[in-house]
Amino acid sequence: MNIATKVLERATESRTSKNAPKGESHTGGGLLTGAEIFIRSLEAEGVEIVFGYPGGAVIGIYDTMHRLNPTFKHVLVRHEQGGTHAAEGYAKSTGKVGTVLVTSGPGATNCVTGIADAYMDSIPIVVFTGQVPTKLIGNDAFQECDTIGVTRSITKHSFLVRDVNDLAATIKKAYYIARTGRPGPVVVDLPKDVLMATAPFHYPASIAIRGYSFAQKGNKNQLQIASDMIRASKKPLFYVGGGAIIADAAEVLTRVARRINAPVTTTLHGLGAFPENDSLSVGMLGMHGTWYANKAVQNTDLLIAVGARFDDRVTGKIEAWAPHAKIIHIDIDPACISKNVPADCPILGDVKLVLEQLEPLVEPKDTSEWLKQIDVWKAECPMSFKSDGKLRPQEIIRALRDKTGGHATVVTDVGQNQMWGAQFFTYVHPRTHITSGGLGTMGFSLPAAMGVAFGQKPGGLPVISINGDGGVLMNIQELGVAAAHKLPLKVVILNNSYLGMVRQWQELFHEERYSHTDLTPTNPDFVKLAEAFNCVGLRCERPEDIQSTIDAAWEVTDRPVVMDFKVIMEEKVFPMVPSGATTDEMITASAEDIN
Amino acid sequence: MNTQTHFAQPTVVAKQTLTPQQIFRKQVAGESLHPGVSDSVHRHVLTVLVENTLDALNRVANLFSQRGFNLESVSMGEAKDPSLRRMTIVTIGNDRIIAQVIRQLNNLIDTIEVEDVTLHDHVERELCLVQVRCSALERPVLISVVDIFRATVVNITPDSLTFEVTGPPAKINAFIGMMRDYDVLEVARSGRVAMRRELAFEH
Ligand SMILES: Cc1cc2nc3c(=O)[nH]c(=O)nc-3n(C[C@H](O)[C@H](O)[C@H](O)COP(=O)(O)OP(=O)(O)OC[C@H]3O[C@@H](n4cnc5c(N)ncnc54)[C@H](O)[C@@H]3O)c2cc1C
Ligand SMILES: Cc1ncc(C[n+]2csc(CCOP(=O)(O)OP(=O)(O)O)c2C)c(N)n1
Repeated sequence: MNIATKVLERATESRTSKNAPKGESHTGGGLLTGAEIFIRSLEAEGVEIVFGYPGGAVIGIYDTMHRLNPTFKHVLVRHEQGGTHAAEGYAKSTGKVGTVLVTSGPGATNCVTGIADAYMDSIPIVVFTGQVPTKLIGNDAFQECDTIGVTRSITKHSFLVRDVNDLAATIKKAYYIARTGRPGPVVVDLPKDVLMATAPFHYPASIAIRGYSFAQKGNKNQLQIASDMIRASKKPLFYVGGGAIIADAAEVLTRVARRINAPVTTTLHGLGAFPENDSLSVGMLGMHGTWYANKAVQNTDLLIAVGARFDDRVTGKIEAWAPHAKIIHIDIDPACISKNVPADCPILGDVKLVLEQLEPLVEPKDTSEWLKQIDVWKAECPMSFKSDGKLRPQEIIRALRDKTGGHATVVTDVGQNQMWGAQFFTYVHPRTHITSGGLGTMGFSLPAAMGVAFGQKPGGLPVISINGDGGVLMNIQELGVAAAHKLPLKVVILNNSYLGMVRQWQELFHEERYSHTDLTPTNPDFVKLAEAFNCVGLRCERPEDIQSTIDAAWEVTDRPVVMDFKVIMEEKVFPMVPSGATTDEMITASAEDIN
Repeated sequence: MNTQTHFAQPTVVAKQTLTPQQIFRKQVAGESLHPGVSDSVHRHVLTVLVENTLDALNRVANLFSQRGFNLESVSMGEAKDPSLRRMTIVTIGNDRIIAQVIRQLNNLIDTIEVEDVTLHDHVERELCLVQVRCSALERPVLISVVDIFRATVVNITPDSLTFEVTGPPAKINAFIGMMRDYDVLEVARSGRVAMRRELAFEH
């Protein structure tokens, strides 16, 4: 590609279902304040819920909200970071844009982690931050922070609104940019004087952003090349990432994979895009992926990457990864294609549209030799864990799966709990596995699970939040919010009294020097803590009590239940490709036993 | 817009344990198949049309630090359309990195057009001001030297001269090189501006 010229096209609304904007809206000739315009714009945008926290710079918005009684719900979170994660959880489970409203200065900086998280994991959220009045900007005014500057490298885009006449159109643009193309967080900084000034209200039905365009359908020639490559391949493998879920492509993906009889591995973010109980599924690949998925990657002759970004947790040492594979790479972001591994056949476009184009071009294939080989690998090193009377985390995850039949939304935190949650629950639906993968933010699960629950229609899937005893305390305050709103979250703590994942690395790679990872001295009594937040607290210390604990938790329908599982601290996550090693150097649980 | 990338198929098959796929990938990355030889790195001049806002400039500059790209020089000024600005950016990298720079620049909402002018017939110019200590006695000699570069004297004091010179970067470098023989007090370079040359007569 020599010249990369953006087409100066009108960025008009093309997606219909997502967020279902109500379209054009205005108030004739009357004037509204900025705060009123803000609220009317969110209504016109079809926003259902706002996670927020008030303060001086946005007090006008809160006052107006009180007066206007808007159509959206506002949830007062207990920490702005919790608000951003809740918006992420809402966005990931519903496919709509999450909304956050906070004050200037510390309100905005408290959102930074959540914004960075949404940026890394391509989650559409719009964060409205208060700002000091325009004429005070730059003066170190009270609670001033250069929010746009601070968040510049962790946002898809950001806006500082300087004129109330631009407010409605800016909000429209913010949601449009957040939701379309490769989704991501957008920050809108709102100076206090802009919120107080008045202007006529007009919420545009469509907007033009001349510098913004995104791919949709794939190039026909490339598709033809791809289908030829598929025909020629003997050992095809789908490598499916979060993009397939973002694009709502699970159904067409499943059809195409079954049509050509290609096995499917997913990334952490791709879990649920293809049913893991299908015989073509080889589960997750990567650092803690299944042995057989990684084996398949190392032996495939054609890797069909679908909305996945060749992360280093997936590839390990990149030079030795998938050494025999030609690569077809479908992605919407041109900068993602051939970023880490060059693609033989790049296809720029939306996963769903591209797969729909590809479907009629591929013929049923006989891959029985290849599938037989994969079955041998599956039998050689299945995902397993010991049952020796000790309380092991994997057994708890399996029990949760069996309780729900896989029909639940699982929101994991970061660390060992995250990996066990990915490995031992069987994901069968898209948008039912939610986690912080790119940034790896401890403290994500509880508020994100709360966001999922807020986004659900009555009678939705149970929401399970899986945590370590370290990360759960990082946003524990949101338990109070979930309780106040009677959300029946199932909060699981795999309590190993350690920063387990770090402890695992210390054991394996730092000669068992457990430097500052023991949490015993600072851990609270989680049952009492739950009760203090008006939740139900349950404790389980023996494997034989797992079932009764879970059953008791499922009886509770009017508030969160916190289950404190006192698991053994020695358990490690396997298989494991050590950081920077090649995928062939994977450590398996049985290899560990021999040592 | 053609953002699909077409890479040449591998031609060299080295006698190593590398699979054909690995060889292909190394070639695409501009890496040598033989260890010890570094990637081929080139200097590229990009012109970028951006929205005329301070934030747009910030975002472009920020991109280079955020992504660890090399930024050798950047200049910015009004474009034909007053709502836009044209930036000229000089960056260094192998083909893979340059492709990334261009794609990431394109991904910014505020960029309208990105062009790698190095790949086309183009004109590059830079302006440079040099102040040199110079007594009245030395003046004629110095002026005869700078005449060769078509530099002009823009300021004169009893013991100094300031020259202005414009031209392609190589000429500027040569000029500054020549001035090293004298007592240089100050150098200011504008950074490059570049534009594609439209050819009236294609052959
Ligand atoms: C402790 C820990 C351990 C981990 N271990 C593993 C592991 O073993 N295995 C693993 O897989 N991950 C692991 N991860 C997660 C890892 O860091 C990455 O976050 C993850 O692999 C990235 O997933 P992805 O490739 O699906 O990309 P995502 O981050 O989900 O990105 C989505 C991709 O899809 C594209 N896209 C978006 N929308 C569309 C669309 N509509 N059409 C087309 N393309 C689109 C985007 O441009 C992007 O390239 C771990 C994380 C942690 C914290
Ligand atoms: C905010 C934050 N700080 C630090 C880390 C580094 N880190 C990754 S995993 C981990 C340990 C997590 O321990 P715990 O929450 O108890 O979960 P476990 O691994 O035991 O399941 C740490 C400290 C992180 N990912 N996020």
